[in-house]
Amino acid sequence: MDTIFALATAVGKAGVAVLRVSGDQADAACLALAGDLPAPRYAALRRLTDADGQVLDEALVLRFEAGQSFTGEPVVEFQVHGSMAVIRSILDRLGTIDGLRHAEAGEFTRRALTNGRLDLTQVEALGDLIEAETQAQHRLAMDGFVGGLRDLADQWRDRLLQAVGLLEASIDFADEEVPVDVTPDVRAAMADIMTGLKDQLTGLNAAERVRTGFEVAIVGPPNAGKSTLLNHLAGREAAITSEFAGTTRDVIEVRMDIGGMAVTLLDTAGLRESDDPIEQIGVGLARARAEAADLRVHLVPEGQDTILPVLDGDIVKTAKADNGGGVSGKTGVGVSALIAEINATLSEKVSGAGLATRERHRIALSQAMHHLEQAESLLDQGPVGDDLTSEELRFAIRRLESLVGRVDVEDVLGYIFARFCVGK
Amino acid sequence: MFHVKHAGFDVVVIGGGHAGTEAAAASARMGARTALLTLKTTDLGVMSCNPAIGGLGKGHLVREIDAMDGIMGVVADQAGIQYRLLNRRKGPAVQGPRAQADRALYRAAMQAQIAGTENLTVIAGEVVDLIQDGSRITGAVLADGSEIAAQAVILTSGTFLRGIIHIGDEKRAGGRMGDAPAIRLAERIDAFGLPLGRLKTGTPPRLDGKTIDWDSLESQPGDDDPVMFSFLSKAPVARQVACGITHTTEATHDIIRDNLDRSAMYGGHIEGVGPRYCPSIEDKIVRFADKTSHQIFLEPEGLTDDTVYPNGISTSLPVAVQNDYVRTIPGLENAVILQPGYAIEYDYVDPRALDRRLALRAVEGLYLAGQINGTTGYEEAAAQGLVAGLNAAAAVQGREPVHFDRTDSYIGVMIDDLTTRGVSEPYRMFTSRAEFRLSLRADNADQRLTPKAVDLGIVSQTRSAVFEDKMDRLDAGRSAMQDKTYTPTEVRALGLALNQDGARRSAYQLLSYPDIGFDDLRPLDPAIDAIDGETATQLSREALYANYLDRQARDVAALRKDEAVGIPADFDYAALSGLSNELSAKLDRARPETLGQAARVEGMTPAALALILSRLRQTARASA
Repeated sequence: MDTIFALATAVGKAGVAVLRVSGDQADAACLALAGDLPAPRYAALRRLTDADGQVLDEALVLRFEAGQSFTGEPVVEFQVHGSMAVIRSILDRLGTIDGLRHAEAGEFTRRALTNGRLDLTQVEALGDLIEAETQAQHRLAMDGFVGGLRDLADQWRDRLLQAVGLLEASIDFADEEVPVDVTPDVRAAMADIMTGLKDQLTGLNAAERVRTGFEVAIVGPPNAGKSTLLNHLAGREAAITSEFAGTTRDVIEVRMDIGGMAVTLLDTAGLRESDDPIEQIGVGLARARAEAADLRVHLVPEGQDTILPVLDGDIVKTAKADNGGGVSGKTGVGVSALIAEINATLSEKVSGAGLATRERHRIALSQAMHHLEQAESLLDQGPVGDDLTSEELRFAIRRLESLVGRVDVEDVLGYIFARFCVGK
Repeated sequence: MFHVKHAGFDVVVIGGGHAGTEAAAASARMGARTALLTLKTTDLGVMSCNPAIGGLGKGHLVREIDAMDGIMGVVADQAGIQYRLLNRRKGPAVQGPRAQADRALYRAAMQAQIAGTENLTVIAGEVVDLIQDGSRITGAVLADGSEIAAQAVILTSGTFLRGIIHIGDEKRAGGRMGDAPAIRLAERIDAFGLPLGRLKTGTPPRLDGKTIDWDSLESQPGDDDPVMFSFLSKAPVARQVACGITHTTEATHDIIRDNLDRSAMYGGHIEGVGPRYCPSIEDKIVRFADKTSHQIFLEPEGLTDDTVYPNGISTSLPVAVQNDYVRTIPGLENAVILQPGYAIEYDYVDPRALDRRLALRAVEGLYLAGQINGTTGYEEAAAQGLVAGLNAAAAVQGREPVHFDRTDSYIGVMIDDLTTRGVSEPYRMFTSRAEFRLSLRADNADQRLTPKAVDLGIVSQTRSAVFEDKMDRLDAGRSAMQDKTYTPTEVRALGLALNQDGARRSAYQLLSYPDIGFDDLRPLDPAIDAIDGETATQLSREALYANYLDRQARDVAALRKDEAVGIPADFDYAALSGLSNELSAKLDRARPETLGQAARVEGMTPAALALILSRLRQTARASA
């Protein structure tokens, strides 16, 4: 495999920039630039030179041996001064070394994955970690990066392997001294795992929201003060992280951080009856968008009804009101209370967030669930269904492993032999 | 010395155990002029361990051997004195036929079978060496100096390679009790520089049945409707008997615990690795200290032989200790030991040195089969004998190799396990080793393999007639079941519970419902009613697994795709940068022949597979 290199830190002027080289030629690159090979995993100060001996920069050089690095390959990191010119000249110099080429996007991580340094869920979490903007996103990504989901899947897999082991023992050692009826143990294991799967599947929505951000729609009739409220929220109380026009001319989106959670506020400006067919289409989209949001803030002018049905957890406020229970974007009255309420509602959703965070996880987990349900009903048939039950459990294991690894018959036999006195 | 030059043979098989006899018979069936070299002709068909054939996984192997028109099943059916279908209450995929065999009848049947095999000559004599011509083996040398020339040699030397027998702290060289070990042969093998390992196995003391108090013991009779091994057999030939069941006691355990330091296994005399699943009684008592009793099956060794094999108490304790603890077992208070139990350790060749034909990669013309490859069990040995015999003959005749794979047979599972993963303990077959076990059933071994045997031209006329008849009936039955579909209303008219979902179903689909039996469906159509009982049973088994077989078919297809990508024998793993040294060494040892095999090498990663595949493609492009 080629040896790859790239700038590991962000592009642009900075105090320090890190260049990473990974692959069999990493040491050769180090030798070429720094003149010698510093002891692995010790920082060493070296002058980096070009082919003519011209000094390019003074840098901290860090070497990692194969198996001890992020990618699993030999790695050298150059911590250089964060000047565009310095970085450019060192990248150019690396490019002239035989067998070295510039890395493609994500290539270091891919190598870490293929060399077994990270599993799939960790790679996903690493991506999330780098993208994380809020505290909740950071926590979620960190849970994944340290292997939270993998640990859980491994734990379930181990439990299921034991269950398969029990069943296989009763199948392959029918003539010997294994427990007569292993089904209570098998059932107990399956029930535990199904509970865990259900929790993760339930928490997956919340977790996905933490990752991608919540949507909060401000709804109400025209002139209820929605835009004013939004502007007030965006301008004063919260940090705006981005702002752009909505997908339709009738929805304005503002991204904010509320209580460490990423929140997109939607101003569904055009929610009203209209005779204009084009505007009607827009209104329909805005309405659908608002209904699909995680939370709606209904602004209701005194004496009127809400314009959309109030769903469980929605917040209802009297529009343009300066008294208690109301909110006004103009005077700012009630805005802090509203933010606190949004924060509380979303925080409750976040507290249910599991370690599973994306569609891929949902598919694997719900398929595993399906196979366990099948296995449960097969067990009810008695011993005649043991071979099929075992098959369903293996399918479930394979689904769980599609999150991280693979199963092996030797593992199953290992469990059998560790537990039973088989053989006569 | 006087040198006799025997006429040359195509294939010479060394060793007349279960691997050797099956290998010789297979080679002869292929039409190769075959010689079977054995120490004594009376050794053919000797069962050196317990007097039983078959079991779970093992019964499957016997059926597969039989489907290839091999001899083990036919011989075992001549000698069976107690038949039991294991897992009778479980699904057909995990049912395994097993039988106690009368040793004398088995030996007689095997010797008659071998004697009646065309193209097969039995030569009595001790093989002391192989004839080597460069890197090629061209025959064998007997102790009297005579040379037997052959184009291929199959070595089935069992535990004879540097075998050492242990009884307590006594030890002596020997393959099994009473036989001399093959030390000179071992030295020849050494010269090949093959990777060797050391394993151990044990046997229990043999008891005099006349001194056992049978009346006080529980007895285990055979099945009322015995299930035979061979697809050609209808019913047992020999008189049927029962086995006895007893168990160890606390007193037994105390004696064994007190004398553990005198056991060869525990006294540190044995370095070989023993199987986890067939532990000695010493092992059981140490590893399962909280169990106060272990079951023992008292298996009669024959109808005319009083010897009893107490299955469950193999041991390497001194004779006096064996005497003491045997007498603490209910029913054995006065039992006399005819032959003490012993442990044996021996060399085996790392089977990763073999290709899928069981030919050594390093030595041309030499095949290994049986315990020498690190396996245990008669059935495992015989199945390897079959593979080596077919392939040695095929090679000599210039025919294509005969491959078995994981998707078509337990034989294929075993060959693949051995040659790609090697062994870390004596290898025994289990149904759980076969990932496609729902389709690899004992009941359909003929459907899976007999066509392959027919293609090879190794099937007798009798068997092909029986097989064709079975297949005709199955095909006719299957179409009678699948041709017409019925509405839920029609089905409910038969008194069967079914959802009124309006979907039409064939009788075959209905058969897959757990609550619907074949006889329930007979009234649907006279063509269905006309299906005979045996065919109906087989169709029911197929229907039971139909849904799963569809799913497995996808896995099978994926596996076959990987198996279709061949890796050249001289593929240079070391030259693949990006492959860890460890993995590269493992691949180099296992030398997988296909990408599918490479995937099963221990520690394999998807990335490494991708590397191998891309290199194979580069090479293919370069040569295109």
